[in-house]
Amino acid sequence: MLDNLTNRLSKVVKTLRGEARLTEANMSDMLREVRLALLEADVALPVVRDLIAKVKEKAQGQEVVGSLTPGQALVGVVHKELAAIIGGETAGLNLAVTPPAVILLAGLQGAGKTTTAGKLAKLIREQYKKKVLTVSCDVYRPAAIKQLQTVSEQAGVDFFPSTPEQKPVEIAQAAVAWAKTHYNDVLIVDTAGRLGIDEAMMAEISALHAALKPAETLFVVDAMLGQDAVNTAKAFHDALPLTGVILTKLDGDARGGAALSVRHITGAPIKFAGVGEKLTGFEVFHPDRMASRILGMGDIMSLVEEAHANIDLEEAQKVAAKLKSGKSFDLEDFKSQIGQISKMGGLAGFVDKLPAQFAQAAQGADMGRAEKDVKRMEGIINSMTRQERAKPELIKAKRKQRIAAGAGVQVQEVNRLLKQFEQMQGMMKQMQKGGLQKMMRGMGRMMGGGGFPGMR
Amino acid sequence: MFSMFKPKPPKEAAPVAEASEKPAAAAVAAEEAPEPAKASWGDRLKAGLSKTRFQLNSLFTGIKVDEALFEDLEAALISADCGVPAAQTLIEQLRARAKRDKIEDGETLKRALADLITDMLRPLERAMNLDRPKPLVVMISGVNGVGKTTSIGKLAKYFQSRGKSVLLAAGDTFRAAAREQLVTWGERNNIAVITQESGDAAAVIFDATQAAKARGIDILMADTAGRLPTQLNLMEEIKKVKRVIAKVDAKAPHEVLLVIDANTGQNAVAQVKAFDDALGLTGLVVTKLDGTAKGGVLCAIANARPKPVYFIGIGEGIEDLRPFKAHEFANAMLGLD
Repeated sequence: MLDNLTNRLSKVVKTLRGEARLTEANMSDMLREVRLALLEADVALPVVRDLIAKVKEKAQGQEVVGSLTPGQALVGVVHKELAAIIGGETAGLNLAVTPPAVILLAGLQGAGKTTTAGKLAKLIREQYKKKVLTVSCDVYRPAAIKQLQTVSEQAGVDFFPSTPEQKPVEIAQAAVAWAKTHYNDVLIVDTAGRLGIDEAMMAEISALHAALKPAETLFVVDAMLGQDAVNTAKAFHDALPLTGVILTKLDGDARGGAALSVRHITGAPIKFAGVGEKLTGFEVFHPDRMASRILGMGDIMSLVEEAHANIDLEEAQKVAAKLKSGKSFDLEDFKSQIGQISKMGGLAGFVDKLPAQFAQAAQGADMGRAEKDVKRMEGIINSMTRQERAKPELIKAKRKQRIAAGAGVQVQEVNRLLKQFEQMQGMMKQMQKGGLQKMMRGMGRMMGGGGFPGMR
Repeated sequence: MFSMFKPKPPKEAAPVAEASEKPAAAAVAAEEAPEPAKASWGDRLKAGLSKTRFQLNSLFTGIKVDEALFEDLEAALISADCGVPAAQTLIEQLRARAKRDKIEDGETLKRALADLITDMLRPLERAMNLDRPKPLVVMISGVNGVGKTTSIGKLAKYFQSRGKSVLLAAGDTFRAAAREQLVTWGERNNIAVITQESGDAAAVIFDATQAAKARGIDILMADTAGRLPTQLNLMEEIKKVKRVIAKVDAKAPHEVLLVIDANTGQNAVAQVKAFDDALGLTGLVVTKLDGTAKGGVLCAIANARPKPVYFIGIGEGIEDLRPFKAHEFANAMLGLD
């Protein structure tokens, strides 16, 4: 993983203890680190310069309050400024026009427009409850039309066929006419990928925009885009009145600095983020969380939400009730806990959202292997009888052999699992003795207060 | 390193800078469009890198060499996606050289920087050896949307122009219509494509490798689905594809190429590292260097994980995929002749 701001700053912070306020002198080293961190995150240079100037102005003379170090105070200012550029509110789609509401997608080659068209169609169908039609105006790339047809079928929406011999504007107009007569509420128009400097192609999409008068003109951008994001965004912004941006491939390990550049140049809100190639991998974009990600502070909010959404409350309550009633924590509970982790997008996904410091600690471990281990542990527990799960002390040599054979592992691994379970059991016992409250309080502080969990 | 080009276009081995346009034209002549493409390669590369050149160029004109200039140069290199470490290295070296050689005018400093960039990129300059026991199995990998399938098409044409027979394997069994894209392309250019209705990428490529052997094909190119290095299961899958190919021929795949989109920022370095760790890359193909794209990311790669860059793509046309020359590239970045 790339170096991140928190790590970079911690180097400088060490030399800066005991200073009561931020001054030009003590900030300059830190600001250099901030600048480098942003550049490494692929935020474009002009945007970085703007940002640093603003941070300097705002941070000057600010008191370093409470237990914060000057570095932490400065990161606070940077975070606020980043969030300001990237936009505060989550923006939705504007579909309140005379149907069909046309959504025009534009972007570079390989940004993920067609995949996005499918994802967007599915989202609009399911969440906005609209009847969606898709059409492809990509008459250049082989099989682009077929690709849209396939994803449209997967998304369960209507598809308007076109052929590479037709002209894009004609295709689009025919699709609008069809949508009108067939009562489609929304028409998603996929276009060919094009370069901002390709004048003929930019003229084509301008003409398409003029003919369609879309309700939404969305710019599809690869989150991995580098410094050139500013120029690309500018070209598309000049040619088209963009109403929003969709960031794709956000599940990669790019820091997504391009998001900042694009937003800074176009002023258009980032509305959605694509994660993964499945049609469900599409989320409403949360600007403040992206600011944290660029800074490397982890996406604690998403994590908390995900935890809420995916953890089976019933399961959790069962364990809690059991603990209360004084019954001991058994292997069945152990298994359900393991299961919870894999529900939350696996260990790798979990670590990805942690603040830098914790993620760093977890970096040493090989996530792929850890995930395999978790599966293996589940397998071992599944090979036990119900009685064994309830009373692990029953498991002696003979039973261990049987379990190992059943799970296809060595006896040592069964032993290891039992040992881990014992440790967990010990922890649970402690929690029963009132330790739980203490632990929860600690957690609450980490998640809620301050907003900079990585800086503690 | 020019040796592989010698047999066909004899002028190829000429010094690169001045003759950069000619060998390209000569190679094109071997293909199909001899006249109109003439003089286009060097110009195209320069036009492609125009943004970088413009920014860097304007810094050098009639300016005295001082600290502010170095700062600006560093910023310009970073803006070209060189990345912070590579840009800092280059500027440090340039400072040292300016001091040593007492460089005082912008023009000389520019040439010095071009030399430094060339030195940095030279380890990446290596041609792909095509004259090997057949079938030469080339596996193509990369993240989503970098232009893998398109590059395969262009490479196939290129290999054909060098007198090789080519077979393609549609190993992207995941993305909608990826197979059709390759098949359509194959039909247009009369190249056989091995596909299966559905299923496993490894199986398709295994079949294709056997077919290539049976038909006595020179080069087999295997497409794979795009994947992000963070998708651990997909990275495991592509490792499996490689293992399965090795079952047909222990030495195959002979080449494992990673396709990189030149518009990608510093994540390109992470991509090279991740795919190299998983597959042991033998080379890179850098696409979409046209437009306002900047080639600086190659400096970042050279700095972090040097891998030979076999081909760079600077345009939509088939003749726009070309071998990489460090000197030519550095000059194009800086707008030198």
